[in-house]
Amino acid sequence: MSETTTRESEALALIERVRARPAKFKDAQITMAHGAGGKATQTLVAGLFLPAFGGEALRELGDAGIVDGLALTTDSFVVKPIRFPGGSIGELAVNGTVNDLAVAGARPLALTLSFVLEEGLSAEDLRAEVEAIASAAAAAGVEIVAGDTKVVERGRCDSMYVTTTGLGRLDPRASLSTGSLKPGDKILVSGPIGEHGTAVMLARGEFELEAPVESDTRSLWPAVDALLDAAGPSLRCLRDATRGGVASALNERAQASAVAMVVREAAVPVRPPVAGACEILGIDPMYVANEGVLVAFVAPEAAADALAALASAPGCEAAAEIGEVKTDPPGMVLVETAFGGRRVMDLLVGDPLPRIC
Amino acid sequence: MSCTSDTHCITCSDEGVSMRVIELLGDGIACCAGADGAPAEVMVDLVGPVEPGDTLLVHAGGCSPNRGRGAAAAMKYVDEYRDAELGRVLAGEIVAIVEPGREYKIMEVCGGHTHTIYKYGVDDLLPANVELVHGPGCPVCVIPMGRVDDAISVAHIPGVIFTCFGDMMRVPGGSGTLLEAKARGADVRMVYSPLDALRIARENPDREVVFFAVGFETTAPSTALTLKRAKAEGTPNFSCFSNHVTIVPPLRALLESPDLRLDGFVGPGHVSTVVGARPFEFIPADYGKPVVISGFEPLDLLQSVYMVLRQLVEGRCEVENQYARVVPADGNPAALAVLEEVFELRPHFEWRGLGFISHSGLKLSAAYAELDAELRFEIPGVRVADPKACQCGEVLKGVIKPWECKVFGTACTPERPIGTCMVSSEGACAAYYNYGRFAREREVV
Repeated sequence: MSETTTRESEALALIERVRARPAKFKDAQITMAHGAGGKATQTLVAGLFLPAFGGEALRELGDAGIVDGLALTTDSFVVKPIRFPGGSIGELAVNGTVNDLAVAGARPLALTLSFVLEEGLSAEDLRAEVEAIASAAAAAGVEIVAGDTKVVERGRCDSMYVTTTGLGRLDPRASLSTGSLKPGDKILVSGPIGEHGTAVMLARGEFELEAPVESDTRSLWPAVDALLDAAGPSLRCLRDATRGGVASALNERAQASAVAMVVREAAVPVRPPVAGACEILGIDPMYVANEGVLVAFVAPEAAADALAALASAPGCEAAAEIGEVKTDPPGMVLVETAFGGRRVMDLLVGDPLPRIC
Repeated sequence: MSCTSDTHCITCSDEGVSMRVIELLGDGIACCAGADGAPAEVMVDLVGPVEPGDTLLVHAGGCSPNRGRGAAAAMKYVDEYRDAELGRVLAGEIVAIVEPGREYKIMEVCGGHTHTIYKYGVDDLLPANVELVHGPGCPVCVIPMGRVDDAISVAHIPGVIFTCFGDMMRVPGGSGTLLEAKARGADVRMVYSPLDALRIARENPDREVVFFAVGFETTAPSTALTLKRAKAEGTPNFSCFSNHVTIVPPLRALLESPDLRLDGFVGPGHVSTVVGARPFEFIPADYGKPVVISGFEPLDLLQSVYMVLRQLVEGRCEVENQYARVVPADGNPAALAVLEEVFELRPHFEWRGLGFISHSGLKLSAAYAELDAELRFEIPGVRVADPKACQCGEVLKGVIKPWECKVFGTACTPERPIGTCMVSSEGACAAYYNYGRFAREREVV
């Protein structure tokens, strides 16, 4: 190694040590970036919430907490606009929470539902969302068992915010853990990425761009069910690729398991309208939110069966193996670009698309 | 998008997108479709007669400068220039042409090039003795801290809606960022083109809407056209805080720098669509360095590097145009004319890390003074010295690599940038941090 590359390696090693330090939340105020699911969110969670609340179940930082064989999770929905091609806030509120349970390996059982409504909201809009919630819950096989309603003055919220809390039962076939990834494991995605975030962004009409893109909001339990059947204990971990997209999901898991990952860019399914809209807006679809895409990490011997099972689940026909877990450099996700080079794919910084869920 | 970690940057829009004209909407606006067929409104005033079916190169919602040649080829435009097999062939030719043992340092001037190089891993395909040095062509990176403070001060004026490109929101001034100003209550809105800002002004007639204009000659025509529109339609509540800059003066300043060690330049493609190739002729003539004006796809860059190397190996020294499919030698006379009408050169303008450079910045001309935010509002105009620890200047000059900066990646990161090079995804430091942060010789196992 030349003297320069040695110095560069030392500089990089120092950076990795700095990155490995426990996150400290030092910001003077909350900015939109804290809600974007990227680095600022991670700092907020690890630097403020975990030190205050962090029991064993929370420290796992899974999509749901596990207590006595039950999975519990909660999520608030503030999407703007409340209706967009392919879905609406009500449908999202059911599927988002159901999916957090599903990727924790839990069969969704029941939801609670809280509304914050803006004074002046039309009854028609509310009725439409109630119907959307009812039909999404029926489709996902969960019951709404409790709820709450608050109304705030006009201008104090944007139409409506919805919070759902979900309860699920851990599936006996599942032995999932965020820190269980091993070198050689295969990385699967369940379908074409970036659809939801792109659809909502275009529905806002801020960009004077239109494209035939619909939200992919759906329950992922059938996909998880199929994966558990096919791979059982070989299924290491699942992640719902919502805010921050597939890139953030991979980075979080790479850090939790202290492993490296290599993603083959050409293997990642992206539909042309999404790729085109993202190209024009200068966004990488790997960072765009999904509401019906999961990332699965599977032991290599079970990967082919898992992929076949996944592809048979509704909405997952385009499921693909996109990469592999490696040993070194730990905590880092690398991309083999379609052009033949390599680069790092880091956690999202900043907030490309606020309030997409 | 905040042009965030990934994401090439519309801000600077030294990225252009190829779009096909669907229909003409009149008033210099055309409805165009991108590679995916998604329609968008584009200003086409500068490209001469446009017909449905034509292919345009679009930056920041303004189709500036030039029409791509060959409409039929357009739909596959992007894929063709990202072909991995062709990339390997070109990389082989580069290996074959370089003299072993000789070190080649080539600067890509434009931030869009820097971004492409890292995003596609282009430098992975180059031999070890060919080094790409990242130059000063990221317009976000060259904005001095004092101008950001001025912007924040305007944003806090009651009644003002302050509009800017996403990247500028995260650039730290001496007293925080526009993003933090927004969190404290200032009405700061991200826009994708100056036309968006003008639309906000029309929709909010009781508010003052200020557009924070940044960029080289690539984006300046879009700003100029928007100002022409605002003046013609009489939108009295719209104004522009101009931070537009020109490309040639900083290059000359760079070449005069005694610590510069460069063998040649990859010239800025989209700036050249406006100014043409001729303004760069002083580089070979006065300084003896070859220049190849390059496109923005990975194959463009590989080919341009090859062309620079070939000049060096053959002992030639001239301006060559790899991007001839869009860059005419004389640039775009219509765009230059609108720049001439709307802007005038400032006597001097401060550049981050490079100091004051004469005749390098654009302000609104006397005819457009009524739309000049610097005249409409009280601007503090305080100078803020660059942070001592930050070596943005040396990075911008290519004197040091990003990782050689004392604070790179430790105190200065994309989430907490000290220097502007770490903010924009086109900045050399951010590109290196986000994409290149692994030792090249280290195998992934």
